[in-house]
Amino acid sequence: MNISETYVRYRRSLGEEPLAIGVVLVALWMAWTLVSGLATGGIRVSSLASLVWDGLLRGLIIGLAGIGLSMTYSILNFANFAHGDYLTSGAFAGMATSYLIAGIGENSVGALLLVGAGGSVFGGAIGIGVTTSPVAVALGAIVAGASTIALALAIDRFVYKPIRDESGIALLITSIGVAFALRYLIQFVFGAGVRGTTAAGSVPRVNVPALDGTFRITAHDVSLIVVAGGLMLGVHLLLQRTKLGKAMRAMSDNEDLARITGIPTEQVIRTTWIVGAGLTGVAGYMFVLWKGTLGFNDGWLLLLLVFAAVILGGIGSIYGAIGGGIVIGLTASVSVIWIPSEFGRAAAFMVMIVILLFKPSGIFSGRTTA
Amino acid sequence: MSDETDADAVDVRGRIDRLLDGDATLVLAVLGAIYLAYVLAGVAFGYGLRGQLNSIANLTFYIGVFGMLALALNLHWGYTGLFNIGIVGFMGIGVYVTALVSKPPVAQGGAAQVGGFGLPLGVGVVAGVVVAALFGLLVALPALRLRADYLAIVTVAFSEIVRFTMMSRTFQSYTVPDTIDLTVAGVQLFSFDPAADTVGLGGGGGLILNYPDPLEALLRTLFLWEPYLGFVGFVQRTLISNNPKPVIDGLVYGLLLLVGVGLFYLLLSRVGKSPFGRVLKAIREDEDVANALGKDTDRFKLTAFVLGSALMGLGGILWYSSRGSITPPSFRPNITFFIWIALIIGGAGSNTGSFLGGAIFAGLLYEGPRYMKNLIETAFELGDAPGNFGTAVAPMASLDPVPFVLYTLDSVSQLRLVIMGVVLVWLMHNRPEGLLGHRKETASSVDLSRPGGRDANDAAAADGGEKR
Repeated sequence: MNISETYVRYRRSLGEEPLAIGVVLVALWMAWTLVSGLATGGIRVSSLASLVWDGLLRGLIIGLAGIGLSMTYSILNFANFAHGDYLTSGAFAGMATSYLIAGIGENSVGALLLVGAGGSVFGGAIGIGVTTSPVAVALGAIVAGASTIALALAIDRFVYKPIRDESGIALLITSIGVAFALRYLIQFVFGAGVRGTTAAGSVPRVNVPALDGTFRITAHDVSLIVVAGGLMLGVHLLLQRTKLGKAMRAMSDNEDLARITGIPTEQVIRTTWIVGAGLTGVAGYMFVLWKGTLGFNDGWLLLLLVFAAVILGGIGSIYGAIGGGIVIGLTASVSVIWIPSEFGRAAAFMVMIVILLFKPSGIFSGRTTA
Repeated sequence: MSDETDADAVDVRGRIDRLLDGDATLVLAVLGAIYLAYVLAGVAFGYGLRGQLNSIANLTFYIGVFGMLALALNLHWGYTGLFNIGIVGFMGIGVYVTALVSKPPVAQGGAAQVGGFGLPLGVGVVAGVVVAALFGLLVALPALRLRADYLAIVTVAFSEIVRFTMMSRTFQSYTVPDTIDLTVAGVQLFSFDPAADTVGLGGGGGLILNYPDPLEALLRTLFLWEPYLGFVGFVQRTLISNNPKPVIDGLVYGLLLLVGVGLFYLLLSRVGKSPFGRVLKAIREDEDVANALGKDTDRFKLTAFVLGSALMGLGGILWYSSRGSITPPSFRPNITFFIWIALIIGGAGSNTGSFLGGAIFAGLLYEGPRYMKNLIETAFELGDAPGNFGTAVAPMASLDPVPFVLYTLDSVSQLRLVIMGVVLVWLMHNRPEGLLGHRKETASSVDLSRPGGRDANDAAAADGGEKR
């Protein structure tokens, strides 16, 4: 090792160490507060369990949405700021389908298709829920995925494909334009109001006993886990058992090389959009079903958390996206033990920033699987 | 030989003159066209003089703020290549700090409101700019090592954290102790009696800006307040009898903003042409090369980021401090993207382009659609718009497009953002360099174009001048 290298490393560590020490101190303080809180009864085990459960489910949604973002990020090499609005599109398309199936006959088709814009139909009144209207929910989820795939392919064809060779930054800026157009078109069509979408009262629930109380698990929680888990497993098998995963890895390494090796790059890109957008649309729908409200801003508000998850997990790794999603979801949810609840999302962003500073390639990096 | 050099010098000077003339003409032409369009729209609305002036004041305000902020962003992105999409965070910090410092103590502000420190507005503005710069440093210190897209995500996350902080109940209000004492070993070293009782960020309700009007404060400082009132009285007697003061206030404030744009422009041009600015441009072109040539690029990037953040803070102050109140929703990331669109329209890398982009964005995309709507509504007697998309589209089946048109007009404030998005995509497809970005100032201090001025496109000689 020569002198200049040593010098650079010395300077680097000077810059980084105070931060590292700070992070460790904060972590110790958090552990101490938690342990002492649990010991003295200041923090109840049941409320902690409830927060963890909530964070886990939130994390599954973020992870599911993150797979698509991670795949396009690594293969097309740009951060897609319109990804959040793909989530919203999926949610609206799926909910419109569910409303139509659950409420047809008693309500006007227009009001149902607009997901009750302006308070014309209420999701609670037509009984949207996984137990009360299982067919409507299942078809809604499928339509959510399918319509988001169609949307993403159309946008790719007309917006991203013509400038495929531009830099990642040019594509990023373009995607901001796409996000604006999509988000406010959705608002134009469906209105600005946030509507309740599910019959929240009639969703079956069980109270699971924790040491000093109970926490609640609803049927929508379970369906979210089933759907998210199933889709994640499906993607895993798809990428492991087919050549697609290998082709995607090759493309994200070097697109030109992949093309001259005979990989049909445009076809891989299309498949990437199909897989990614399908998962994103379903994630948007499950998110709305789970939280029970729907607004035109939902996807955009979730987008930064999805970015956080993808960066945390390492761009390009689907397992990283899932793991990162769960870490981010837990952070946003459980952090309210230590900080005021308004800062849950801020805490998740801070985790992302800290990861970017210390390990910009992500905590699961080096194990990119697709 | 000497004749030839003289001829060259004259030629270069002539070219610079032509360039300047061209720029000034272009700016004036664009501004003239925008103003003309607004005046004509005003005529169509049947505005009187008061209405016309009001509309012009409003337009000037937005041209001023967008021009200023696009210039500040140009320092980050156009000069240095720093992808900052947290602009609105710095703006918010600037104006919130100004409010905190300059708001009168709570006793004068009403019971529900948090107060401030009651210092003069000038102090508040300086404090706002300084704190925005400090936060710029805080963000830049760790973040500048990151790739451009990571920096983008970190900055937008930062601006959201700023907004959460503004909204949070935790910082809503804080009681200031009556005296702040510093006593060491029984000896009182320091005692300070702050005027403020409660300070805070006001939470979701925001802050009422109950300090003196910024324009009045400025004119009083310059001893121009009495003449100004005299002028207003004169206008009232001769031109506009119906309460002309708000309109004149708006116009004068708009003009001051344009002066501010001029100062931003001068500052940034000076910075750009200085050795410091040349290093920034070198970093934009290739950071590794600049580094290899012995420039501490981290340091240059840091300074540029902090300076730009301070200017963004100032831009935020000038935008919001003359409003009656500020609330957190005003500081959503949309504002950041507006400024980006303005910069991309004008062309990143060119100061003239940045201002032009700001003016065009403000005139056409930001305010234009609303005027278009009003124009159509004035031209045709139209009924009430339907309440939602469904009732708007349903009559289309019976070939009646009127409700849909009405709904579209009524939703113009949302559709405006759709138009912005489409314009941005179109620009990135067809003219990613913007209006003037092709004239991106190069990093070199000397003219690298081929001698004799035959090379019209001013390109730097990339082949080392071998292919004469």
